[in-house]
Amino acid sequence: MHTAKNRREYRKGIKKALKNGFQRQALNRFAESYRESRQEAFSGYDLSALIREIAESRDASIAAMDELYKEFKKNAENAGARVHFAGNAREANETILKIARENDCSRVVKSKSMTAEETMLNPFLEEHGLQVTETDLGEWIIQLRREGPTHMVMPAIHLSREQVGELFSRVTGEPVKSNIPELVRVARKELRQRFIRADMGISGANFALADSGTIGVVSNEGNARLVTTLPRVHVVLLGLDKLVFGLHDALRNLKGLTRNATAQAITSYVTWITGAGPCAASPDGRKEMHIVFLDNGRSLLARHPVFSSALRCMRCGACANVCPVYKMIGGREFGHIYIGAIGLILTYFFHGREKGRNLIHNCLNCQACREVCIAGIDLPRLIKEVQALIRDRERPAVLDAAASGLLTNRKLMHGLLRAACHAQYPISGGGPFLRHLPEFFLRDHGFKALPALAKKPFRDRWPEIKSEIPAPKYKVALFTGCLQDFVYPEQLEAALRVLYRSRVRVDFPAAQGCCGLPAYMLGNKHAAKEAALYNISSFNPANYDFILTLCASCASHLKNNYPLLIGDIPGREPKVRQFCDRVLDFSSFVREHAGFKKDWEEGREKKFAYHAPCHLCRGLGVYSAPKEILKAAGLTYVPCPGEDSCCGFGGSYSVKFPEISGEIAINKLEEVRKSGASILATDCPGCIMQLRGTAEKQGYDLQVRHTAEILADCE
Amino acid sequence: MLQTFVRKAGQASAVVEFRPDMDSVLDYALDICLKKDSRDVLVSEDSSQSSPAGEKIIAAPGLEDKFVHRLKEMCVSNAVRLVTSGLNHYPGGIDLGLTHADWGIAETGTLVVNTDGEDKRLAGMISEFHVNILPESRIEANSFDLEDQLGKRFASAPDYTSFITGPSRTADIERELTLGVHGPLQLHILILRGA
Repeated sequence: MHTAKNRREYRKGIKKALKNGFQRQALNRFAESYRESRQEAFSGYDLSALIREIAESRDASIAAMDELYKEFKKNAENAGARVHFAGNAREANETILKIARENDCSRVVKSKSMTAEETMLNPFLEEHGLQVTETDLGEWIIQLRREGPTHMVMPAIHLSREQVGELFSRVTGEPVKSNIPELVRVARKELRQRFIRADMGISGANFALADSGTIGVVSNEGNARLVTTLPRVHVVLLGLDKLVFGLHDALRNLKGLTRNATAQAITSYVTWITGAGPCAASPDGRKEMHIVFLDNGRSLLARHPVFSSALRCMRCGACANVCPVYKMIGGREFGHIYIGAIGLILTYFFHGREKGRNLIHNCLNCQACREVCIAGIDLPRLIKEVQALIRDRERPAVLDAAASGLLTNRKLMHGLLRAACHAQYPISGGGPFLRHLPEFFLRDHGFKALPALAKKPFRDRWPEIKSEIPAPKYKVALFTGCLQDFVYPEQLEAALRVLYRSRVRVDFPAAQGCCGLPAYMLGNKHAAKEAALYNISSFNPANYDFILTLCASCASHLKNNYPLLIGDIPGREPKVRQFCDRVLDFSSFVREHAGFKKDWEEGREKKFAYHAPCHLCRGLGVYSAPKEILKAAGLTYVPCPGEDSCCGFGGSYSVKFPEISGEIAINKLEEVRKSGASILATDCPGCIMQLRGTAEKQGYDLQVRHTAEILADCE
Repeated sequence: MLQTFVRKAGQASAVVEFRPDMDSVLDYALDICLKKDSRDVLVSEDSSQSSPAGEKIIAAPGLEDKFVHRLKEMCVSNAVRLVTSGLNHYPGGIDLGLTHADWGIAETGTLVVNTDGEDKRLAGMISEFHVNILPESRIEANSFDLEDQLGKRFASAPDYTSFITGPSRTADIERELTLGVHGPLQLHILILRGA
């Protein structure tokens, strides 16, 4: 549970987390094995169809939340349960305390419930004199340590067997060996006594079936079954978002939930409870059953056109499993109660701006979570939308404000960049990197060498280097993006050589400016909209077959975010669509349309590894084009683990969280080094800046190059 | 479908065996009960129902009378205690619980067990070994195939239906899979041929 008051404090916590060697190693191993086992779990499944079905079903349930609640209440009460509605966390906790008092309960056993974590039920009940025992092994461990969960499914993933062994020795007063089966046995024994003595069981639920008043509880350990069976009173605490129409929805969503969460086809137990059944511990032989639904903003969220999709979440935890930031720092610093990408979003809505404002920046926008989400939630977009909400309510940080102001003022920015090019000479010495930056300026940013600005930006070189191609095969316009324009114009020139050879006519509409992604990343939606409108007006898409970019981030922003930002402005829609439809990345264009020369000179170094830019693979769905071209050109491809995981750049992310950004880049380069490749090819100047700069500073003997540059060398 | 069921249940760490009739089911259950280690006594002050040290306990709630008689005879001659009701008096643990499944789901190797009765529920929860009898004809391909039947059952509430797939498990410490945390350490599925 992150509790930092400001970003400085938050970064302090992060630096500490980065030094936690055990956690780093555990999460690293987990990320690798999760990837494989998930794939295996879904083999034979049409995964995208399943995601679509689940998303539709979740949306329909969310839209019908009020009616489903009424129907559920009627059916569950007919079956002998009592159903309560709690508007917020406090009401939920007080309702449960009241039930305990009315039934004279003092000893509670609990099975896992994220909703109970959300309302901080345990401390509340303890304050009022109840004894509460978590019975899920991981939850019990963190309860004993007085910590919050660091993963929604594996709450104690940050702890080692030795730490648990010490803890259990302290709790039992006897020495406990740190081997895992022994630790599990100790828990079985200790907790069984608590089960027997308990007079109240509190569980969560994964599904609430409106048409029968049934709750569905998913578990592996079997503790939820004991919690719902042995004590005479059973209280269920769950969010309104758990309501579904009926069994079909629950069974289908279950197929996705367990496979995505733990790569299991199904968990050991799925328990369906309808109403108050027989109970030997109860004086009248019948269970006292209460079901408490928590709203806490859910019914408002359900009505929002964009944010309602956050309620699709079924708490599988996958968005943390694939997140490169989570892998580095773990859940303590990557969520308040809810962990992972969804945690960044829900924290704001369920626990407020104060708790959400530092967290929300900790996203690389790498899209890995969007790709893995079983409910099809566009998590990166929601994160940006929440960031924009927070930004609109607060004065943005000076850096953010200055940066997004500058990014939208093209004339000013281009002028400053040209001037800076001349001013940098003393620190660049005329070379490709800024070598003599003072240490105090760099501090945490020192992990990578920063590139020098080009002597002459592409826009100023264009008049000299452009060529007329008679009877061209294709007519394309270049969208260069700022980084290649001002820092790496040679990548664009390399692309020109390749394109001209294939008789492609290239145009460079010089009025174009920044694509607007940096402003969007800072949560400045207004500036991002302005940039989008401006760029669309600078192009006449009808004149071109394609609008090409060599920058994956620009490409995916133009193609995916422009329609979201400005697609609904009356009258603009056709041109926005015309523009976006034509946007294509360089490698796909070369592979599918233009073709290329295939003679990588014998004897030249030819083993290459590939880094898949986030915005190319997950943003545009292009996974193999750059690799295929290079292989066809005669180079040898060497696979590398984590090839399509983020390089850690994330634009302004690397400025906000340099310590995380640097660790991610170094991890990546380590993998490449182990692969034995001497070239690292990629398709995004942002990734190149990050990886080439880190390789330079950290002493890796590796050429980091754009696919276009390598292809251009096939002379 | 049967093959899929066997494979999937196996993947979930269940032991799957075929049995020709109920007699051989009872033989199997008693046999593994006798061979297993004595149970771990989880509650030391186990009250009125405590059994002599080393005495094994089989719980078989919901078994047809004629089989209860047969099993009882077999238990007596092997000094095993047979319990058919009041399982909540044995929270310290039972060696083996014998129950019936209503259906099987091939896709996931899952048993669907009606556990409305608390005794039947506990037999599959607090026993170290859970032996479940699944008639061959009751295996369906997919959970969707059981929607109607389950829907009817939920409609005649109160109802407590369990999907059981493999023994109880946890991976909460260092993600190392460990079987038998709160529930059974082993699950044996006996598929009854021709039933």
